[in-house]
Amino acid sequence: MLAAFVSRLGQMALVMFGISIVAFLIFFATPGADPSARIAGRNASQETLAQVRHDFGLDQPMPVQYALMMKRLFVSRDLTSFVNRGQKVVPTVLQAIPVTLSLVFGAAVFWVIGGLIVGVVAGATRGTWLDRTLMILSLIGVSIPVFWLGEVANLVTQSRWHDSFLFSWVPPLGYIAFTDDPWGWFKALIIPWFTLATLYIGLYGRVLRASIIETMQEDFIRTARAKGIGERRVLLRHGLRTSLVAFVTMFGLDFGALVGGGALLTEVVFGLQGVGKLTYGALQTLDLPMILATVIYASFFVVMANFIVDVAFVLIDPRVRDAH
Amino acid sequence: MLTDAPLLVVENLCVSFRTEGGVVPAVSGVSFSLKQREILGVVGESGSGKSQTLLAMLGLISSPNAVVTGSVRFLGQELLGLKRRALDAVRGRQIGMIFQDPMTALTPVHTIGNQIIEQIRAHERVSRAAARKRAVDLLDAVGLPSPGSAVDRYPHQLSGGMRQRAVIAMALSCNPALLIADEPTTALDVTVQAQILELIGRLRDEFGSAVILVTHDLGVVADVADRVLVMYAGRVVEEGAKGQLFREPLHPYAWGLFGSIPPMHGPRPSRLTAIPGSPPKLSQMPQGCAFGPRCVFRHEACVAQPSLGGATGHRSACFLPEVGRQDLRRTLAAKAVPA
Repeated sequence: MLAAFVSRLGQMALVMFGISIVAFLIFFATPGADPSARIAGRNASQETLAQVRHDFGLDQPMPVQYALMMKRLFVSRDLTSFVNRGQKVVPTVLQAIPVTLSLVFGAAVFWVIGGLIVGVVAGATRGTWLDRTLMILSLIGVSIPVFWLGEVANLVTQSRWHDSFLFSWVPPLGYIAFTDDPWGWFKALIIPWFTLATLYIGLYGRVLRASIIETMQEDFIRTARAKGIGERRVLLRHGLRTSLVAFVTMFGLDFGALVGGGALLTEVVFGLQGVGKLTYGALQTLDLPMILATVIYASFFVVMANFIVDVAFVLIDPRVRDAH
Repeated sequence: MLTDAPLLVVENLCVSFRTEGGVVPAVSGVSFSLKQREILGVVGESGSGKSQTLLAMLGLISSPNAVVTGSVRFLGQELLGLKRRALDAVRGRQIGMIFQDPMTALTPVHTIGNQIIEQIRAHERVSRAAARKRAVDLLDAVGLPSPGSAVDRYPHQLSGGMRQRAVIAMALSCNPALLIADEPTTALDVTVQAQILELIGRLRDEFGSAVILVTHDLGVVADVADRVLVMYAGRVVEEGAKGQLFREPLHPYAWGLFGSIPPMHGPRPSRLTAIPGSPPKLSQMPQGCAFGPRCVFRHEACVAQPSLGGATGHRSACFLPEVGRQDLRRTLAAKAVPA
């Protein structure tokens, strides 16, 4: 077990190493992406360019440049932005991480609980009006664009009805650190959480329903019913428990992608200075050190999420456990 | 409890399914009764309604298109139409069920021990530790090697025969008065089959359970059953004590069935007799006797539906006169033997 764990960690490190090389090559070695030209500014003379190249180590061979970049990113952590001179990249990313993590973690709690409830209830009441209603609501949830939903939520809670008793508690857009004011943190994020979770509740509810309906046709469900243990136990302990694999797989992928910057639209709409927004800004100005930092950060979470999914598989399915 | 009182009385049980092509009957008017500690063998081809009969008795047909009518009284209590809670007090507690395919009958994500414990604790107020101890004892009783460690195994870690033993242990966990086994040996090797059958026979002696054993294997019935029910196209066509039914079967369908077994003694037939044709499709049931189109002795009376009749203890659903029926059977059997 420990050996499997260690080898898995090694694999993760290898994957991240590969990603960092690819990201580096894309942004620094692609023809036309000459970083010195961007640093020196427009219409810079050849002498200035050469000077910049030398100062930033861009005249060194590629592997040296890569090593230099990684050293400044991880060891000395003094890599600075090419665009906003003097802005240190690592602290900026570290500042954005709690925002994104707060947003995605909270939303994940809602969508996992919501998805489970919708999926189980719809699966158990298949074909009834309750099932149909839930499925229509899910479809609506999946179809609503997150930026539109966010803007509507803002319109209602920030402007139209902000002064009514319903929404006077809603703080202005932006992030409040949990360490500063936990209650404020909660109030600032509750609406973004719901907005981000809506799509996933619908998606996960539908997938789980299909999975449960399929599982409930299995022979072992009949065995469980013949045991006289009550339908609720049959559904939850035998049906749901066996249906969780698809749910967990999806969760790992979605969670990793969102933490890695996929929550950009939600972050923009609610004025949250998270990793998504940071990456977006860096891409617009082609701020290479910043892009590199956020891409490596994102890859870390995607790899991490996959690792957690694999561990979860081992926990929920004994057949996977033995396959290792 | 009076030993003479029947344990189970099934009367006029019908199961049909609503399909696009109309209502299709799977089981029509099945009636039988079962005494305490009796082993009843139910034989018939695939699709003759054996499994559906059993599933219907316990309310285990989950299709929303199924219609079940008739009466199933267990210890005087009507099971059909019973509320789920009341039904769950009987299922697993007083009636244990063993299913055909042990490979798929156990939930893959729980250990067999936990699945047995779950059933015990659903019906009795016992501690987890006590239930676990009983699970180990049960696994030992059904002959699972090293039950102490097997109890923590997952189904996929056991062989088919071991899984079937686990399923049997689970069915027996609450000392049921009735054990229903739906083709318990079909998916197993012949050697394992014999062990499982022996086990089921022994259970009656040790646990005092009555058993309904469904199979399409006549050899299995010959081994363990006290009484036999022969089903064809959703109906009971013959019923009787095993010895009598095997010695002098009354229904031409049963003659065909027994004719298809290679005889152990006497002259060797040139070829085994087969029943011509194939069983009717449920959606295209013939008028009158469902076996009629395949029966060599079909006559005018057969356009009507025969009812189960004859001397008590050995009844059949056939219009042939009872007197001389055995001569007809012998003539038919003689044809198969070379002169």
